[in-house]
Amino acid sequence: MKNPLDSLWGTIIAGVILTAILYAVVKNVLN
Amino acid sequence: MDLVPAFARWLHFLAGIMWIGLLYYFNFVQVPALKAAAADNTAAGITKHIAPRALFYFRWAAVVTWLAGAALLGNQFMAAFTLQKGMAGIGVGAWLGTIMLFNVWVLIWPNQQKILGMKPATDEEKNKARRVAFLTSRTNVALSIPMLFFMAGGFTHRALFGM
Repeated sequence: MKNPLDSLWGTIIAGVILTAILYAVVKNVLN
Repeated sequence: MDLVPAFARWLHFLAGIMWIGLLYYFNFVQVPALKAAAADNTAAGITKHIAPRALFYFRWAAVVTWLAGAALLGNQFMAAFTLQKGMAGIGVGAWLGTIMLFNVWVLIWPNQQKILGMKPATDEEKNKARRVAFLTSRTNVALSIPMLFFMAGGFTHRALFGM
């Protein structure tokens, strides 16, 4: 499998997905 | 005293824009440009004159951003980093910024020194350094996306997180 960080779009999509995951964790678990 | 947080926030933004601005410059402009420049033998102009200057402001802006952020958190520093109730949003932002600072000084800068010839390295070491620096820099671009979300809203828009 290709590393998503090798492409700029893959990097941006990875960042957006991570944002959604961390947001859910902060809202539902840490709060 | 309101002056300290006001100045800390100002400095945090100034240095943060320089840090993340240069991070985006490296990833969106310089890396693709170097590929094109290598093809017509003009890459030395970038690696000799531009990259060292950009890296200087990049790594020191990262330090100033982190210190100003710590000053801004003030006596809530520990509450943020231990993700206490009501501080988890900004705390996650602070942790992401801290990981990114670590990446700059421990992974990107030492490897860039080998790539740019500031430290002696064999061709094999340079190739490995290129890959580590590239992937770490891309990791920081990915981390900057949630980092900016939590920095922008983690403290002043706590309602976003149901706090």
